Amino acid sequence: MSLIEVKGLKKSYGDVHAVRGVDLEITQGEIFSLLGPNGAGKTTTVEILEGFRTRDSGSVSVLGFDPQTRGNQSRQWRNRIGIVLQTSADAGDLTVLETIAHFSGYYSNPRNVDEVIASVGLGEKENALIRTLSGGQRRRLDVALGIIGNPELLFLDEPTTGFDPEARRAFWSLIEKLRDGGTTILLTTHYLDEAEALADRVAVINNGVIIEVSTPGDLGGRSTSKATVTWRDGNEIKSEKSDNPTEVVTKLSSRFGGEIPELIVSRPSLEDIYLEMIGDVRE
Amino acid sequence: MNKIPSALSLGIRRGGLEVRQFARQRESVVFTLLFPVILLAIFGSVFKDTIAPGVTFSQYFLAGMIASGLVNTGFQALAITIPLERDFGALKRLRGTPMPASSYFIGKAILIVVSMVIQILLLLGFGMIFFGVGLPTAPSNWFTFTWLVILGSACSTALGIAFSIVPKSGRGASAVVSPIVIILQFFSGVFFVFTQLPSWMQQIAAIFPLKWLTQGMRSVFLPETFASQEVAKGWENGKTFVILMIWLAIGVFFSIRKFRWDRD
Repeated sequence: MSLIEVKGLKKSYGDVHAVRGVDLEITQGEIFSLLGPNGAGKTTTVEILEGFRTRDSGSVSVLGFDPQTRGNQSRQWRNRIGIVLQTSADAGDLTVLETIAHFSGYYSNPRNVDEVIASVGLGEKENALIRTLSGGQRRRLDVALGIIGNPELLFLDEPTTGFDPEARRAFWSLIEKLRDGGTTILLTTHYLDEAEALADRVAVINNGVIIEVSTPGDLGGRSTSKATVTWRDGNEIKSEKSDNPTEVVTKLSSRFGGEIPELIVSRPSLEDIYLEMIGDVRE
Repeated sequence: MNKIPSALSLGIRRGGLEVRQFARQRESVVFTLLFPVILLAIFGSVFKDTIAPGVTFSQYFLAGMIASGLVNTGFQALAITIPLERDFGALKRLRGTPMPASSYFIGKAILIVVSMVIQILLLLGFGMIFFGVGLPTAPSNWFTFTWLVILGSACSTALGIAFSIVPKSGRGASAVVSPIVIILQFFSGVFFVFTQLPSWMQQIAAIFPLKWLTQGMRSVFLPETFASQEVAKGWENGKTFVILMIWLAIGVFFSIRKFRWDRD
């Protein structure tokens, strides 16, 4: 069952064609990641899905609802989604607990406040004023506010910016737990390793169109691309690209009589593939 | 499946949150609530004249300060803080929840009523103790006072929310809003006796609600005999009511139609 269906979505700002015909289908229970450089139309697309922006043309259905609709229907719809935006610096004079408890009152079936606080790892900080939190803790509060309404669909925009590696890992397992609990997640991120670790499927958007939709492992023919075998031969590092890396390794192994010095077998990373796809345009 | 809470109950919850947040910002509490009292102390000490038989300038000024308190705690505070909340992304986050705009507005109105009541009590208490200002005794005066405060707060809230779309950024909001309020106070007879102002100033002031609020407050706090000293030789409370209603309608219209949750 698809939770999000987008067909022929277009949006321009004056002469700038930000989104030029995007098609997307996101199914229930998956983590779907939208990748793309700045200015590719990523934010515009997501904000249209979130109901923050109107579209010029095309059809959009999110949980069977047009996000552009206003009024009471829109409230019913927002009751079923959660949004974690990029930045927020507000309400510094409230505590973590006060803020999350307050937001829980907006929804018809909120999750348990204490459980949510514990799940984002803010248990020890629940009575701290928000302005005393570190960047990473604040981000976790943002996530808590996004999931407090027990959403069927969660929008996550650059969730781990400013996290240290340990906090990122902890955050990833939180997101996986949400997915395992049945929440569908649309993740936009600049971190390719994050998309690789979390996403069931990824879409690459560039110049306002979707270039490819695939699993992280298959994107851009990654799984079938040539592997690179590198090793040390005397003073030299040698490498060979091959469709049959096992054969290369076997040959090398018999040549070296067992252990191959500094052996590495690699395939292009998601980042390599992604950069190639978007034409190496990066800011 | 439970129902989503009603807009009114969420508005009341937001009001509680707004008041709590406000109370924790010590600087703004002091500035918003004590500043008018400090002004009253200064003006009351400098201008000790009687401006009419049995009417001191302190009395005249107290009426003006209560009226402009409605503008300060409502219009000015909202037109400055809402752009800040917008810059911080707080409004956009709220927009992404099932909380309706009306609840947000109700929450702001509650904050303003609470700070308004505290400010009026402070001004009245200070005026009574240090400047011998007497409270009105006639029930009709209290009736006028009550509707002036309610209608004035509503008007001020609505116009503050509406005006919050004008400042381009949160940082610049204060620079846009404060001069407007101060000029209006000068033109509307808060700092000076209104009838002594040049007539062009009086005419400009007559367009805006503050002049009518101050005049209305004078009808409450000054003796009946002073009515003949007013521009129209009377308190004109009926006219005040109509003009405030018109401004309230304008404020509500623009608040609903033009309110922006997002910076761009």
